[in-house]
Amino acid sequence: MRITLPASGTRAGMAYFLQQLINGLTLGSIYGLIAIGYTMVYGIIGMINFAHGEIYMIGAFISIIAFLVLGLAGVTYVPLALAVVLLTTMLFTSIYGWAVERIAYRPLRGSFRLAPLISAIGMSIFLQNYVQIFQGARVKPMPPVIEGGFTVFESGGFAVRLSYLQLFIMLLTLALMVGFTSVIAMTPLGRAQRACEQDMRMASLLGVDVNRVISMTFVMGAALAAVAGLMVTLYYGVVDFFIGFLAGVKAFTAAVLGGIGSLPGAMLGGILIGLIEAFWSGYFSVEYKDVSVFVVLVLVLVFCPTGLLGRPEVEKV
Amino acid sequence: MTAASGLAVDTAAPPSIIWPALLKDALLAAFVAVLLAVPLVGLQTYDVGGGALGIRTHFDWVGFAAIGVFAGRLALRLLPRTRRQHEGRGGRAFSRVSAWSNRRARAITLTGIAFAVALPFLPFSSRYLVDLGTTVLIYVMLGWGLNVVVGLAGLLDLGYVAFYAVGAYTFGLLASDLGFTFWEALPFSGLVAASFGVILGFPVLRLRGDYLAIVTLGFGEIIRIVLLNWAPVTGGPNGIGGIPRPSFFGLPFARSAPEGVTTFHQFFGVEFSPDQRVIFLYFVILAMALVTNLFTLRIRRLPVGRAWEALREDEIACRALGINPTTVKLSAFAIGAMFGGFAGCFFATRQGFISPESFTFIESATILAIVVLGGMGSQMGVVLAAILLVTLPEFGRAFAEFRMLIFGAAMIGVMVWRPQGLIAHREPTLRLGPQPAPTQ
Repeated sequence: MRITLPASGTRAGMAYFLQQLINGLTLGSIYGLIAIGYTMVYGIIGMINFAHGEIYMIGAFISIIAFLVLGLAGVTYVPLALAVVLLTTMLFTSIYGWAVERIAYRPLRGSFRLAPLISAIGMSIFLQNYVQIFQGARVKPMPPVIEGGFTVFESGGFAVRLSYLQLFIMLLTLALMVGFTSVIAMTPLGRAQRACEQDMRMASLLGVDVNRVISMTFVMGAALAAVAGLMVTLYYGVVDFFIGFLAGVKAFTAAVLGGIGSLPGAMLGGILIGLIEAFWSGYFSVEYKDVSVFVVLVLVLVFCPTGLLGRPEVEKV
Repeated sequence: MTAASGLAVDTAAPPSIIWPALLKDALLAAFVAVLLAVPLVGLQTYDVGGGALGIRTHFDWVGFAAIGVFAGRLALRLLPRTRRQHEGRGGRAFSRVSAWSNRRARAITLTGIAFAVALPFLPFSSRYLVDLGTTVLIYVMLGWGLNVVVGLAGLLDLGYVAFYAVGAYTFGLLASDLGFTFWEALPFSGLVAASFGVILGFPVLRLRGDYLAIVTLGFGEIIRIVLLNWAPVTGGPNGIGGIPRPSFFGLPFARSAPEGVTTFHQFFGVEFSPDQRVIFLYFVILAMALVTNLFTLRIRRLPVGRAWEALREDEIACRALGINPTTVKLSAFAIGAMFGGFAGCFFATRQGFISPESFTFIESATILAIVVLGGMGSQMGVVLAAILLVTLPEFGRAFAEFRMLIFGAAMIGVMVWRPQGLIAHREPTLRLGPQPAPTQ
């Protein structure tokens, strides 16, 4: 995953900075959408859904396949194609999210502490190889769908570009965030989710169908990860079976940075991680950009384990 | 709540099978399988050339998946209910095997060691078999090393391969820059790996279990990325080559030696054969693995070993009893890392060449899978799982291709049906009063 960077922009420092900001925000939107899946699952059942990165990868594959099928069906009107692909990707990926929870996590509720995490690692390995076997190990190219853009401003011979695609990614993320927050805040399902997050046993005693709420949480997380997968397909134009691993770790870092369990925190963390990565590769070295994210993760966990917007965790005997 | 419902079913007569509900359930599962399979199995992307993708359909596979899931779900529901209720104790056959293996632990261990020692000299043995045995033993040793961290101390380490890499590169660098031999470098490999364990462990061991898993994962990746990019020292993606082979108390394994050096076959007056080195390597790793095992078994009986297991069971209680969790965890981490380093050193000398490619996350996951499948904390289970996982791809190309898929599924399956592992058991380290009669 390499960001398209201008070769050297030292002559126009301000413009270069702004360009990195735009790239970082785009990348951060994608990480933020994945991070929400981690943070919601963690908030409700207290486990790290290690397979979430693979769900995102599956989303990216399904979106590419949906584009190809639409191309064969002769749909050429871009907004229509985008809408159809978005919906099918979200639908099919969320079925994967649901199935993962049903198969690998639900039978383990009440098992020993590390059991769900190990099961999740198994699921992650399984999904990666499943896609590799059935779709091939080679990189899948995707022709650009949204082309063009405009120059925000120009200084010292360096033009700051905002492509329509970047704009699309940021606006779609914003819209999803608004929709998602209102689902959590206003619908009965959202209320049940908040209840389960606070006290699952009490919620079940009061008639909340806990299993259904947890399933829906996985479905929602997977749907958002699917959108992130679609975005990354459009943004980089290539997808392979291995993208879920790094993206998953980075999004998890984002969730931890923002305070795991907190939804605005996940989005904030995602954007911060995107910015850190963009600026690091813009100003330091591209080779070590993944290291920068891991270093952030370690530093946050050591010095501020509750994250930026998280609540301190109280350990009860 | 679960106990009450379990009781109600236990006392009632065996429930009669309600076919319509069962069929409906299985049909539903098959329907979900179809939905899952259509986009990723039924529609396959392929290169048509010129950087474009085409799509071909495989709906027959979707059909197979649906039929398989339907049958599987039906079979699962028709299985004796007891198996599903005593969750985590499933597979009565396995339970019987593990109970038997526990009773006969000493005999099995001795037979196993005798077989391992005799393997190179058995009539059906071949160079290929000894080589395979060496690979199995590397994984057994890694599994035993990781078992200290995961099985005994209960710390999920997803970056164990980092220590393996550190050990291998320590030897590689010492050999290529300072001319160390295998035996001289071996202690340093362990030492450096253990220090890395301490450096990593010190800040992160205060974290909760699952955070620790992610941080160790990140650490494993950092090591790999640094090895890949720090080309002046590590050789980057080209790795380090020409690593010396081990010698037998100073006697090298070679057809001809430089002036003044006696080779192994000259000293013992036997015919030279390249198999000698392969067999020697096999015995080196066998000895290293057995030392690892012995060390672990003994340290389990020391206060620090007891503290590991206590900490795994209940950290808060341990703190209340005055155990310092950080130092105890740190010792487990460092010892596990040290064994990883030793194994890495051996790996380097066996291959003669190392590169970052050998130390990916998949390697960590494989070692973890060995520990988990074998049963966390069980030394014998690790051997069984290592033999299973390493020899699986040797049975044919199909298995090699599906190896990691089977790994993943097996990890989930073991967690769902037998969280204690295939043949594992949890032996209480202390028992009050007389030995209770074995249950069942």
